[in-house]
Amino acid sequence: MSYRLGVDVGGTFTDLLLVNEKSGDTFTAKVPSTPQDSSIGVLNGIAKVCNNAGIDPTEITHVMHGTTVATNTMLEGNGATVGLVTTKGYRQVLQIARSYVPGGLGGWVIYNKSNPIAPLALTIEAEERMSAKGEVVRKLDEAKIEAELIRLRDKGIEALTVSLINSYANPANEKKIKRIATRVMPGIPVSLSSEVVPEMQEYERTVTTVANSFVRPKVQTYIRNLHRELTRKMKNVQLHVLRSDGGLAAAKAAEEMPVNLLMSGPAGGVAGAIWVANQAGFPNLLTFDMGGTSTDVCLVQDGKAQLRRETTVGDVTVRASSVDVRTVGAGGGSIAKVPELTKALRVGPESAGAAPGPAAYDLGGEAPTVTDANVTLGYLPAEVRLGGDMTIRKDLAEKAVKSIADALDLTVHEAASGIVDIVNENMFGALRLVSVEQGHDPRDFALIAFGGAGPLHANALGRLMGSWPVIIPPGPGVLCAYGDATTRVRDEASRTFIRKFTDTSVDEVVKTFEDLADTAAKTLDNEGVARKDQSVSYQVDVRYHGQGLQLTVDVDLKQLRKKGLDAIGGPFDEMHRQLFTFALELDKEVVNLRAVLQGKPTKVKAPELKRGGPDPKAAVVAEHKIYADGKMRKAKIYDRAKLKAGNKVAGPAVVMEMDSTTVILPGHTGSVDRFGNILINPDKGGSSAKTRQATATKPVKKVTKASAKTAAGKGKKKATKKKKAVRKRAAA
Amino acid sequence: MPATIIETNKKAFKRKKVDPITLDIVENAMLNARHEMDAVLFRTAMSPGIREQGDAFPMIANRDGKMVVGQFGSFIHGFLKGFDETIEEGDVFLTSDPYSANGAISHANDWLLLKPIFKDGRIIAWAAMFGHMTDIGGKVPGSLPTDARQIFEEGVVIPPLKIYRKGELQQDVLKLILHNCRLPHWNLSDFNAIVAAIRTAEKRCVELAKRFGDDVYYSALEELLDRNYRAMRKLIQTSVPETKQYFEDYICDDGMGMGPYKIRCAMWREGEKVIFDFAGTDPQSVGPVNFFLNEEMFKMFCGVYMIMVFDPQIMFNDGFYDLMEVRIPEGTLLKPKKPAALSCRTHALGRIFDVLGGLLGQGSPDFLCAAGFSDSPHFMYSGYDKRGEWYQLYQIGFGGVPGKPSGDGPDGHSLWPSFTNVPNEFLESYFPLRIEVYETIADSGGPGLHRGGNALRVGYCFLEPGEISIHDDRWLTYPWGVTGGLPGQRSTKLLVRADGSQELMPSKCDRVVVNSGDILYFDTWGGGGWGDPLKRPVERVEFDVEAGLVTHEGARRYGVVLDKDGKTDQAATKELRAKMAKERGKTKLFDYGGTIEELKARCKAETGLEPPAAPEFPRWLKAAGQAAPKMKLAS
Repeated sequence: MSYRLGVDVGGTFTDLLLVNEKSGDTFTAKVPSTPQDSSIGVLNGIAKVCNNAGIDPTEITHVMHGTTVATNTMLEGNGATVGLVTTKGYRQVLQIARSYVPGGLGGWVIYNKSNPIAPLALTIEAEERMSAKGEVVRKLDEAKIEAELIRLRDKGIEALTVSLINSYANPANEKKIKRIATRVMPGIPVSLSSEVVPEMQEYERTVTTVANSFVRPKVQTYIRNLHRELTRKMKNVQLHVLRSDGGLAAAKAAEEMPVNLLMSGPAGGVAGAIWVANQAGFPNLLTFDMGGTSTDVCLVQDGKAQLRRETTVGDVTVRASSVDVRTVGAGGGSIAKVPELTKALRVGPESAGAAPGPAAYDLGGEAPTVTDANVTLGYLPAEVRLGGDMTIRKDLAEKAVKSIADALDLTVHEAASGIVDIVNENMFGALRLVSVEQGHDPRDFALIAFGGAGPLHANALGRLMGSWPVIIPPGPGVLCAYGDATTRVRDEASRTFIRKFTDTSVDEVVKTFEDLADTAAKTLDNEGVARKDQSVSYQVDVRYHGQGLQLTVDVDLKQLRKKGLDAIGGPFDEMHRQLFTFALELDKEVVNLRAVLQGKPTKVKAPELKRGGPDPKAAVVAEHKIYADGKMRKAKIYDRAKLKAGNKVAGPAVVMEMDSTTVILPGHTGSVDRFGNILINPDKGGSSAKTRQATATKPVKKVTKASAKTAAGKGKKKATKKKKAVRKRAAA
Repeated sequence: MPATIIETNKKAFKRKKVDPITLDIVENAMLNARHEMDAVLFRTAMSPGIREQGDAFPMIANRDGKMVVGQFGSFIHGFLKGFDETIEEGDVFLTSDPYSANGAISHANDWLLLKPIFKDGRIIAWAAMFGHMTDIGGKVPGSLPTDARQIFEEGVVIPPLKIYRKGELQQDVLKLILHNCRLPHWNLSDFNAIVAAIRTAEKRCVELAKRFGDDVYYSALEELLDRNYRAMRKLIQTSVPETKQYFEDYICDDGMGMGPYKIRCAMWREGEKVIFDFAGTDPQSVGPVNFFLNEEMFKMFCGVYMIMVFDPQIMFNDGFYDLMEVRIPEGTLLKPKKPAALSCRTHALGRIFDVLGGLLGQGSPDFLCAAGFSDSPHFMYSGYDKRGEWYQLYQIGFGGVPGKPSGDGPDGHSLWPSFTNVPNEFLESYFPLRIEVYETIADSGGPGLHRGGNALRVGYCFLEPGEISIHDDRWLTYPWGVTGGLPGQRSTKLLVRADGSQELMPSKCDRVVVNSGDILYFDTWGGGGWGDPLKRPVERVEFDVEAGLVTHEGARRYGVVLDKDGKTDQAATKELRAKMAKERGKTKLFDYGGTIEELKARCKAETGLEPPAAPEFPRWLKAAGQAAPKMKLAS
């Protein structure tokens, strides 16, 4: 019998999900994480889950793992000492960056720029030059660069990046330098910009490749350790790591291109959410993952997460595909304050973090946080705890919130409710970014909440967005492990290919696509995916000649051969019109071609809950009061473990489980489905239904309808796919 | 006659009490809408000037035309005053004439689009955006002729007009305008992009009014303006003294060999009101360096600057306008009379920020910033390539952000909001040139406790015969340092011909013929230093030297002596610092690098260029007794 295993290492718990490949049956386990060496926790978990399933670890053939090692290395700035080679004249490419000063007019007064991740002191120049067409303008001075590389080696660099001007058009000189470097500094990993991201734009290509070098040694050590420990117990096991774009990479590929893992963690959450929501019958959803300091949101359509061609971690943005997760600095720990001059109520982005933490946790924090507001309102009951180890002090929470109430001349409950409303609004802003701003009507999507604080705020956000139902899956931790276990092996190959439609031909485009597909297929071969299990799709980035943006259009090779380049141009015009209200009668231009290969999906059966009647009273553990919609209301507290399929929990209610708490607002009901999800919907004719009307975003609806009509004329599937383009820069 | 606004719904808006939470929600939603306007614009515009460099600015105003979110303040009043038709639902207005719009835009390259946002027959807000067009025709590519004497030489000037009349595009008008531009497809797509951005704002405002109700939305915008008024009143009380403060700065020349031109401003407080008076500013130039400064826009500059310096928490909008009074004498460089040429106003516009910084900061030196990269120098290159196709590049330059209380100024960056550089690989693939050098210039940032940012050097190697234009400044006067900090390095332009001969270029010039293989070194200027350089921690100096941002020799200006390995010689440093401190005496609040007379006297020796002659001001100004010449249409 063969098994696949999904492993998610969180800050507190390591969650595991074991899947029988044949039957799809699943087994889960939860063990404490071991931050000093997470492979210990993983192995403990494997022992436990195998025990639960009654199998021997050697029966596990594939381990799939989402990791935050790359992300944390970036955020904590403790990666490798990176040396950088640029073309002569471009030594300061990272220092200058895009010359952008954030913060609007006068923003420079308070802007302090951080130092580049490859220090200038460790940046050297190569005498060489390629033209934009890839012709050699000046030959590489090999003797000179060798001497310089030796100097760098002696300064103790731990990784090397080579990023030369126009190397996307001709990588020959980068390759030569790599050969020299491998000779003079054996053992030092070398990343070439022409391999990591062979695309135009020297700063973006350089920073991406440097980021790759920066996280590479840490990621390499981590993956190798884990792999070694795994093979000790499971001889021929294959380790796969979840990439930022939601695909799986073989351990070796992940070690070499760790820049593709920067969003591995969030991608696991999104993948898990997709799987859970799909089981419950909702392929279109907005994911809402609210933690202590920040909230991640993502839009999923037809069961696919939107992707974007860049990844932002901290203040560094790199060119690597990732699920289009937007992050706002709003979480349970976000601090509320009232500035003296304006007397406005602000929440975040400053966070109390884990230390000193919210006032209610009694760890020394005194500043009022969102968590304190939730405690004050009764959403996080202080009186009842179910296995959670954190004590909650309502008196301390109220004391903290009172400082806000006093400054605004409000009652404590009004102030707490204001804090929650403002933080909800901030998260609403992020959800709008991925929906309305991309031309999607949020009312066509369900909202799925996870993360420590997601289920507390989800009902309120559903109301703001008009997104129903709000789905609260059981066990937020195991969600990511589901994501890891159910993801497919994926690889993509891309090439910058700038040609006006008039300067290229269908044959040339098709040929390039096929070459790219072949490259990616070989990667999958190496990961043991049989050709018959590989499926390929093609994408092209297009723009009007002279435009800066690119929109990604999915390409069907058959259609392309039949209809010519109109098979790309037509959908592009349509997409442009939908996003920006107009299309232009100008030459179109191909920018990048991409082939994406995927292995076949894993069959996983969702465990089902015992069926019960609509009345949930067996799960009630206490009577309680919460403040909602302007007054105190009676509410019941439920133990989620005791809820049964078919139960209907009427709001106001609080549903508790070990690692999360769900609030159901007045005028709403949570129905428990057969998989244990709580589906919250507004009651018919209730106050919330009215609010929903008021929130309606009519103009957007019109756009969607209009485009749906056009779509109907052109074949259903195509036009509903709304890919988004590379954003010029992350929204400030 | 001012504009007549036609609203089919006569019901008055009712001011309601808005709870603080709703207010904050509306404010955030409005900010989001503004950012969304930017996003739409940058993604769909086509000229590199707008789409890569971000030379365009959005605004959303309340029903009365007061800016609630945006950057440059509202110009709607100026616009309405100069427009004598009706304003109706579905109208979109377009203008590029500074004289008709009271300086709402300050040269004809900026196209301003404005749309009243109607809901149920009433105006609930206004959305506007202006953007710099790469070319609007006229005598030189780029439409910024350095020798223009009248605005009529500067390309097509669009008076305020309805480009959409009740929702319908006035095709003929647009056709007429585009027909006069060298790159009409760029103008057209930039125009479309701005319209799309404005419509985005419209959608969001209508949604918000629906969500909260028209009266609450209306009241919330009013309250946001009031809130800003209250915050600014306190800020002005605490940071502006009642005694008069003066500050003056210069633009170096007018492109015609005359200069420098003085910009002088006095500031004082009377009760809760602050007054800015530009009396003493030089008369308008006969050339194109005049800057038609809109008083309201200047208020916004001041307000934003004060907020950034003293309390960045405050959200800025037009609410505080009544607390400021701006006096700009007519016929001066800052309020020129028609038909003065205006195209090269970027230098005076930038310099206003240095004047402002000096003016506000001298009373509270802890908040004073040094002079920075107060300009957006332009470079243009155009001609016909081998295939006979017209190419035309317009680029904005970057330089040193000044040293400031919060830290060092970034190297090779911009003072302007949202500006970004164009990737050189992009340039090389679309234009016949190669960028041989793209780096900041060591030692060009003014030394200080906080170092001024370094200037940028761009080496343009031309691959086709063509013509170039240069627009820059600060080649004669220095980006000054403050509170002990030294000035930054001035700008230079050096053209190295393919045969190796060298030509120093003036800071403003047009139609310079270049050939394949010629290289132009376009060096901008560094930011001034902030605070005493002798107190800069030696490790910081060492770090900069190791990074190549400061040279070994340059370290001595910080009193730091390094050995040949770049390590500090502690004893020698201590000694040098003591010696320098003694020789220097007390640190100066401002270090201008010399008086204008001294700079002119040293000019030839230091810069290789002749000093500019004293400006001759337009005679007709005097003849007309400071009144504009009568110009009548022949009928």
